[in-house]
Amino acid sequence: MFTRYTVALAALLLVGAAPVSQAADKPTDPQIAHIAYTAGVLDIEAAKQAIKTSKNKEVVDFAKDMERDHEAVNKQALDLVKKLKVKPEDNATSQALTKAAKEERAKLAKLKGAAFDKAYIENEVAYHKQVDGALETLLIPSASNAELKSLLETGLKIFQGHEQHAEHVAGMLK
Amino acid sequence: MKAGALDQLAWLAMLALTFAAAPATAATIQVTIDRLVYSPASLQAKVGDTIEWVNKDVVAHTATVKGGWDVMIPPKSKGQVTLKTAGAVDYFCRFHPNMKGHLDVAP
Ligand SMILES: [Cu+2]
Repeated sequence: MFTRYTVALAALLLVGAAPVSQAADKPTDPQIAHIAYTAGVLDIEAAKQAIKTSKNKEVVDFAKDMERDHEAVNKQALDLVKKLKVKPEDNATSQALTKAAKEERAKLAKLKGAAFDKAYIENEVAYHKQVDGALETLLIPSASNAELKSLLETGLKIFQGHEQHAEHVAGMLK
Repeated sequence: MKAGALDQLAWLAMLALTFAAAPATAATIQVTIDRLVYSPASLQAKVGDTIEWVNKDVVAHTATVKGGWDVMIPPKSKGQVTLKTAGAVDYFCRFHPNMKGHLDVAP
């Protein structure tokens, strides 16, 4: 009974987070830690590209906020996995995220000025939405360690904040 | 008259006390930030009071009023504002606009 409910719920939730979760069944804690950490690293790399490329103060400030927050969250994540003696494990979801981010960076590298700013911020909105969806529907429910789950829950609130912040900046660029 | 002089003295003392006591009634009210939540999320204060945010998170936050004050609250640190105007204000975090707080400031 319980198992059937869980499977049904997972199937339902997977629909909402399609791009990220397609690649994975229920991930393990070492995989979840790897996915969350990778998601942060990728956004830091995107931020660095924006800081280097953009001339728009709002966009550069936003990118610096992303760099600072994701570095802080990832440091906390590293401290936690060390404490729990969990070794983050590479997996299909992390790889899919990395591949998509690499493609996006290449696309952005061809743009300049307002076109870059617009594309970067729009991608930030989409990216945070995607990661939030994965956290909410797959990673948090799958995490078995309570401390890892709690860190992911705080991470979700931070990322949701970033999504709204990105939407605000996107609105200003118009 | 002796009693009159004493009365006057008592009055003066009371006056002095009143003036001395006025600034002391301004309070410092703490708001804790833990996992992106201001608590208490809503509070009542008076003009002259100081609001102090204590940030327990590893990321920086702000307490920002649109068109008004903007307080930076670094990670594991504090930020303060002394209230200068009466009225109800909504504030939020510029970095994480999903964080919201409210103050009712009495004159
Ligand atoms: Cu914040």
